[in-house]
Amino acid sequence: MTAAAAIACRDAAPLAILRERGQREVFCGLTGIVWLHRRIQDAFFLVVGSRTCAHLLQSAAGVMIFAEPRFATAVMEQRDLAGLADTHDELERIVARLIERRPDIRLLFLVGSCPSEVIKLDLASAAARLSVRYAPQVRILAYSGSGIETTFTEGEDACLAALAAELPASEGASTRSLMVVGALADVVEDQLRRIFAELGIGPVHFLPPRRCADLPPVGSGTRLLLAQPFLNETTRVLEGRGARRLSAPYPLGADGTAAWLAAAARDFAVPAARFEAVIRPARERARRALLPHRDRLQGRRVFLFPDSQLEPPLARFLAGELGMRIVEIGTPYLNTRLLDAELPLLPAETLVSEGQDVDRQLDRCRAAAPDLVVCGLGLANPLEAEGFTTKWSIELVFTPIQGFEQAGDLAELFSRPLLRRARLEV
Amino acid sequence: MKLTVWTYEGPPHVGAMRVATAMDGVHYVLHAPQGDTYADLVFTMIERLGKRPPVTYTTFQARDLGADTANLFKTATREACDRFRPDAIIVGASCTAELLQDDPGGLARTLGLPVPVIPLELPSYQRKENWGASETFYQLVRAMCQAEVAPPRADRAGRPVCNILGPTALGFRHRDDVAEVRGLLASLGIAVNVTAPQGARPTDLARLPEADFNVVLYPEIAAVAARWLERSFGQPFTRTVPIGVGATRDFIREVAALAGVDPTPALDDEHSRLPWYSRSVDSTYLTGKRVFVFGDATHAIAAARIAREELGFEVVGLGTYSREFAREVREAAGQLGLEALITDDYLEVEACIADLQPELVLGTQMERHIAKRFRIPCAVISAPVHVQDFPARRSPQMGWEGSNVIFDCWVHPLTMGLEEHLLTMFREDHEFHDAAGPSHLQSEQPRESKPAVAPVSDLAWSGEAETELAKVPFFVRGKARRNTERFARDRGLSVITLETLYDAKAHFGR
Repeated sequence: MTAAAAIACRDAAPLAILRERGQREVFCGLTGIVWLHRRIQDAFFLVVGSRTCAHLLQSAAGVMIFAEPRFATAVMEQRDLAGLADTHDELERIVARLIERRPDIRLLFLVGSCPSEVIKLDLASAAARLSVRYAPQVRILAYSGSGIETTFTEGEDACLAALAAELPASEGASTRSLMVVGALADVVEDQLRRIFAELGIGPVHFLPPRRCADLPPVGSGTRLLLAQPFLNETTRVLEGRGARRLSAPYPLGADGTAAWLAAAARDFAVPAARFEAVIRPARERARRALLPHRDRLQGRRVFLFPDSQLEPPLARFLAGELGMRIVEIGTPYLNTRLLDAELPLLPAETLVSEGQDVDRQLDRCRAAAPDLVVCGLGLANPLEAEGFTTKWSIELVFTPIQGFEQAGDLAELFSRPLLRRARLEV
Repeated sequence: MKLTVWTYEGPPHVGAMRVATAMDGVHYVLHAPQGDTYADLVFTMIERLGKRPPVTYTTFQARDLGADTANLFKTATREACDRFRPDAIIVGASCTAELLQDDPGGLARTLGLPVPVIPLELPSYQRKENWGASETFYQLVRAMCQAEVAPPRADRAGRPVCNILGPTALGFRHRDDVAEVRGLLASLGIAVNVTAPQGARPTDLARLPEADFNVVLYPEIAAVAARWLERSFGQPFTRTVPIGVGATRDFIREVAALAGVDPTPALDDEHSRLPWYSRSVDSTYLTGKRVFVFGDATHAIAAARIAREELGFEVVGLGTYSREFAREVREAAGQLGLEALITDDYLEVEACIADLQPELVLGTQMERHIAKRFRIPCAVISAPVHVQDFPARRSPQMGWEGSNVIFDCWVHPLTMGLEEHLLTMFREDHEFHDAAGPSHLQSEQPRESKPAVAPVSDLAWSGEAETELAKVPFFVRGKARRNTERFARDRGLSVITLETLYDAKAHFGR
């Protein structure tokens, strides 16, 4: 039996999809900088934007824990907008100051924001010009993390798409290689590398790499295994360069991770027996780690507000591996193509809401009175004060949750709020 | 364009949110793209508010830009009014919407809403958070105080009456300061008519003119409104902010004069431990400690006065990010023989601290970072706020209790008196060397590494002198290095020897 078959597949019964338009309580794409700047260790992110952007980055994500972050904001002022200052000269001055202050930087992203997009500041050509000046010491790229174009994790997509266009072409077009796409914690990457090595799958590359000197090659032999479901544009760029995406569920949970690995194993023609032998110990360990959480979560009703686009795979994990009942799966954007292996695994008739009208969604949530609400930081304390038990969704992005060894940690993120509520007697 | 690593203030619409969130019955419709809703969590997570800020965001996207963002604004405003049924609505634009020039005020007026609509013009590319709060409060007060004749003063019992102006949501200890100041006023027999914006409804603002005078706690937020109330209704307002023992005494005298009451009972009831703790012999080690002060204007000026007059420190630097109050801070710095640092550039503040090598930094959360990197003790005296600035216990900055709180939180980060001497005497002891750190500062274990940014020097240190410098305890090593280099430079020496080190020590010894 292959791992994929271990997941009960839903009959073709349709999902109920609700599309909404209204106030969104979701971050913009700039927020991705918070984890990307930790992931790519010689990269610096310079947002070209407003004071609001700078305020978002420092207060929203609680990132003041970094005494010296590798991101900053070039705050536009009235004279920039009134055309009194040449924005390209200004940008050049700021980049020069940054590179002087941080000579260790090898990759600089100019990140577009709402105001820079509205005034149509051409950061791509600015990046190209600056690149010439600072080559080969520093490579300079541009992408947009603006809230008018990107929602939260789409910022990572835009960043990786910019990187994808820069990847070297692989030598020998037909040489088969695997590229795992999407930012993962170092510890997860190391675990996955060990498993792929045992399976005999290789060479394996990760995008984004830890250092920008290690940009992986891409070509028609490249197989893409997406570690994150929100990488629409990145996938498109890589496919445009000849790579082929392997359809798979995402590596969340014991079964999810097994199915994700199985997609690669099939493509690299790993014998079924070898696959089973390699993954069995870790998968069994993951299942054991899930058991105590399953006891706490089984039958409980969960409502997911839209946040990172991870919501459909998370709901699949919560329902399939922990026995939770899904009230509503909110997602900022329902990407059916990249979720082709996920959506059939959701329980029939599950309500999926795409987009958001936060006040209406809160009305539905209150009416449904779920046992657990997964939501952003703006809603969590107010809902707790109303008596709901909540899980901050941002932790699902900041915590290593992928792979066998993290399956228990992932389940614990959901069971801890319930355990805590049960413990407190005041 | 301005390079910003950290920012001391948010954009002006966050200031408007601080006012709206502090009040009851006010709703703010903000024309803004998705993503700007992050501002909600500053209130729900940092201040731990149990309700969402009363703000509706229009959440426009790129595809709306060519279409009809104005209509989106009208729909959002109408729906917010229906859903939240506020007593008054304020409308405005965030930085991105400002570029669209949709005119939220004009659009809202066309809706014929059943409540007052107050438009806000908050220029995002020129102004910042405190200015936004000040302007919002002023516009709300103006809109609600429509009475043309001076209304009756004094309460029914014949007591003088005042308003308390300035406390907002997300303020640095505003919650506890208000309680403390109410106590001071009560001890003077003065009644409080309205406290605003915190806890007030729009209808309460309409009653502001009924008081004899106004108590302005935070000039950054309330001075503009107070000046308008003075012009329009002849209400004087207080200029002293009661932070510190001396300022609290001055405040009591000022308020008593405005109210026409006797200050003596309240002055006699002084229950601050600061004066005695400062005089007690164990505090002699505080004498002449070199401190650097940076924060909003009100807290920075107050801190400089306390540092010098009430703890016996030497203020070596004073600055603010509140450009609107640069004049006041320059004046205060001038009295200390200093030139004020007026900047909102974190890197400039960092450079100034690196240059001055103070023994204590009194600053914001940003300076806490700088101080940590330079291994200088630090206490936080001002916004921008952090979750730690909303302690569970009462922890005011103002009044008598405020002075007690300040004494504790400024002195605790320092290596304490006797410990300082023992560390110098027994620095070779394997369990008591300076790398082990003071016992009461477990979380701030110093390491033997150099600070991330060592001060740049044009002078050479001989190996011998460098080794000797390392024997100076870490918490004064920066000062010793700086003094020695200044001494050498003044004398045109290019190399610092052991002799130079001790010559400088003798020269600067106190």
